[in-house]
Amino acid sequence: MAHNGESKPKFAMYWAASCGGCEIAVLNTHELILEVDANFDVVFWPVAMDAKYHDVEAMDDGSITLCLFNGAIRNDENEEMAHLLRRKSQLLVAFGSCASEGCIPGLANLYSKQTMLDTAFSTITTDNPGAVRPIIAYDMPEGRIEILRTLDQVVKVDYSMPGCPPESHQIAAVVRLVIDALHGNAALPPRGAVIGAGDSTVCDECRRTRSEKTITEFRRMATFQPDPVQCLLEQGILCSGMATRSGCDARCPSANMPCIGCYGPAAGVVDQGARMMSAVASVIGGNDPKEIRAIMRGIADPAGTFYRFSLPSSLLRHAKV
Amino acid sequence: MLDKVAEQVKPFDPVIVGFTCNWCSYRAADSAGMARIKYAPNVRLIRLMCSGRWDPQFVLKAFAEGADGVLISGCHPGDCHYLEQNYKTIRRYELLKQTLASLGIEDGRVKLVWASAAEGAILAEEIDHMVAEVRALGPLNWGGNHGA
Repeated sequence: MAHNGESKPKFAMYWAASCGGCEIAVLNTHELILEVDANFDVVFWPVAMDAKYHDVEAMDDGSITLCLFNGAIRNDENEEMAHLLRRKSQLLVAFGSCASEGCIPGLANLYSKQTMLDTAFSTITTDNPGAVRPIIAYDMPEGRIEILRTLDQVVKVDYSMPGCPPESHQIAAVVRLVIDALHGNAALPPRGAVIGAGDSTVCDECRRTRSEKTITEFRRMATFQPDPVQCLLEQGILCSGMATRSGCDARCPSANMPCIGCYGPAAGVVDQGARMMSAVASVIGGNDPKEIRAIMRGIADPAGTFYRFSLPSSLLRHAKV
Repeated sequence: MLDKVAEQVKPFDPVIVGFTCNWCSYRAADSAGMARIKYAPNVRLIRLMCSGRWDPQFVLKAFAEGADGVLISGCHPGDCHYLEQNYKTIRRYELLKQTLASLGIEDGRVKLVWASAAEGAILAEEIDHMVAEVRALGPLNWGGNHGA
């Protein structure tokens, strides 16, 4: 399996703390997957083929040409694999929102481990008569992992590719670029770059019409039928388009759903949630603190909304618990 | 060991970062100085052209890099040098406070204070008040606080 294709560059894909959606997005590139097979020797891809960690350990350092690493670093197994694949790979790509920004699993950083375990194992809906609990920490010489981290907080990554999951046409473009670069027909972007996305915002790609309207009330999707043409934010729906990186072709707003921020912070934005707060505050109507507070009460779960995909990569990274 | 004991005995001196407006609160701090009004030396004032230049990101960065509290100060509503930017400050401040509450950060660590150029005494009093409040809350120590 692993060592028979010396002439072909080697490809690996791994999942750490993730849902598996990134692998499906790769398979959604349809026939391009055959090009991957034609151009690469797939040496490690737990979701698609059988391989053991010791097979990876046995490979030469730097022998994997391209490794798409999806998933965040949640536990010591994730961390160990991040270091191992970093060592074995020439190009390590933080693939998808979990590896790049922490994503939905990163919202765990809003709570203590105790709170999460109580919710998962000891609420009234849980059938757990023996009150069984997993061991939550193991003391290693390196210390303990306390919060969820992104891949680049653990190892150096060559590129980041945002999206939950990355759009299939973007994956296809990136894979083609790497193949072209391997054949000497294209140059790879500078190391550290965000690939498979734009530099602008989702608002820039959104085809809805904007006027200069202020919001006097936030509304939720379940309570009314939004107008299909007008900007969703102007209709009172919290949309993350203005702080989120372009590259998805504004798919959610095109389907009458607000942007939820999965492509991470736009180029030049350090903290996606702070940028969201700043932008949302600018469109809220009213100058009286009482009135402003009343409008803001319509925002359910501000931290979870503004940092839905980027809490672990934000300035604060986690809540005080 | 003795060092650790000494560390514990040392009283906590909070670090407060203060963002002030060029046209009012920074001058208020100046006038407090000229009038020889004493206030707690814990605050590090940073001058902006307007409180409307202040951004929630400044507070998060200050906390992430070790501040225990952040003071934002500008012209009274209606008195903005740039007409209405301080109303945006109010909105950003309110939204930030809501978000910080979900992040478990105590209310007293961020404060918005209006102070005109003539209100040095008021600004000094508010700074003293905030320093006492943050001192009572204790260190934020963000870098070392990972919440097991």
